Amino acid sequence: MAQLVFYVFATVLVFSAIMVITARNPVHSVLFLILAFFNASGLFLIAGAEFLAMLLVIVYVGAVAVLFLFVVMMLDIDFSRLREGFQKYAPLGACVGGVLLAELVLAFSNWQMAPAAVRTPLAIDPSLTNTAALGTVIYTHYILLFQACGLVLLVAMIGAIVLTLRDQPMGRRQVVSRQHARKVGDTLELVTVSLGENVAEHGGFLRPKGSYYEIAVPGSFGVPEPEAQENEEKGA
Amino acid sequence: MTPAIASIGLTPYLIVSAVLLVLGVFGIFLNRKNIIILLMSMELILLSANLNLVAFSSALGDLSGQVMVLFVLTIAAAEAAIGLAIVTVYFRNRGSIQVEDVTMMKG
Repeated sequence: MAQLVFYVFATVLVFSAIMVITARNPVHSVLFLILAFFNASGLFLIAGAEFLAMLLVIVYVGAVAVLFLFVVMMLDIDFSRLREGFQKYAPLGACVGGVLLAELVLAFSNWQMAPAAVRTPLAIDPSLTNTAALGTVIYTHYILLFQACGLVLLVAMIGAIVLTLRDQPMGRRQVVSRQHARKVGDTLELVTVSLGENVAEHGGFLRPKGSYYEIAVPGSFGVPEPEAQENEEKGA
Repeated sequence: MTPAIASIGLTPYLIVSAVLLVLGVFGIFLNRKNIIILLMSMELILLSANLNLVAFSSALGDLSGQVMVLFVLTIAAAEAAIGLAIVTVYFRNRGSIQVEDVTMMKG
């Protein structure tokens, strides 16, 4: 039974991998990539790596593939132009792929496990579930690598934000020191209005004397950037 | 071998993984102009490496292989995020993602 399931998953995996690289429409490529990841997680399940199977579905299908889908749909790309040279490069790619496959087959057919490798330092504890066993190992033996992983993800996150952030002059930001230096009297005026008197007699509703524009950061909303203008003038 | 993989054996896993690796490399050659499919081919190659690690981990009864898969998964996710961010920025600046146009560092 396990063999049958394995071969079904493996066949669909290889088929969807072929479709990923040959599909005409990149959206179809991404969808086949998702199918490939699902089947790979099935293979993981058969091998007894339940936690990684679920992780593959969550991380790849839930995050990476959707990221690809977003980018493919967001960028307005002429995909027919991108397919030029598809036939031109196919023979070269087939040659390299064939050589690689032949070498792998040769390596696998003349290969046996080294006896030293079978003495496993981190044997799987059968009394623990896969997730618990993995957690035990990650937080003890591999704690530094685990932390390094977190660092890699942090760098990736910051990098992606820094790369794609466009600094548009839309925010209303203030120069904090200038704002702190302002006194109440600079902006507000307290008027004593006696009983029964109308505001109209004091010149209508009073507005604040100063405004946001006095303390706004140059380059933020509504305030032109002085240096940028100078640069433009120099360029002109 | 752990009982889960004993009925199948290590070799089928290695064959599937080898085929996946070759398909990934072939995809890089086939779609040289489309950088998004290049990134997807790289994901396929990393997936084949993961499959190898899980198969060996299960066959040897050693958990380190699965920990390595976790790390490879992290690197793959980070790589995809950065790669797609670069593609987006490049498209915003140039209006195309032709791989041939990326020659600014040629000197």
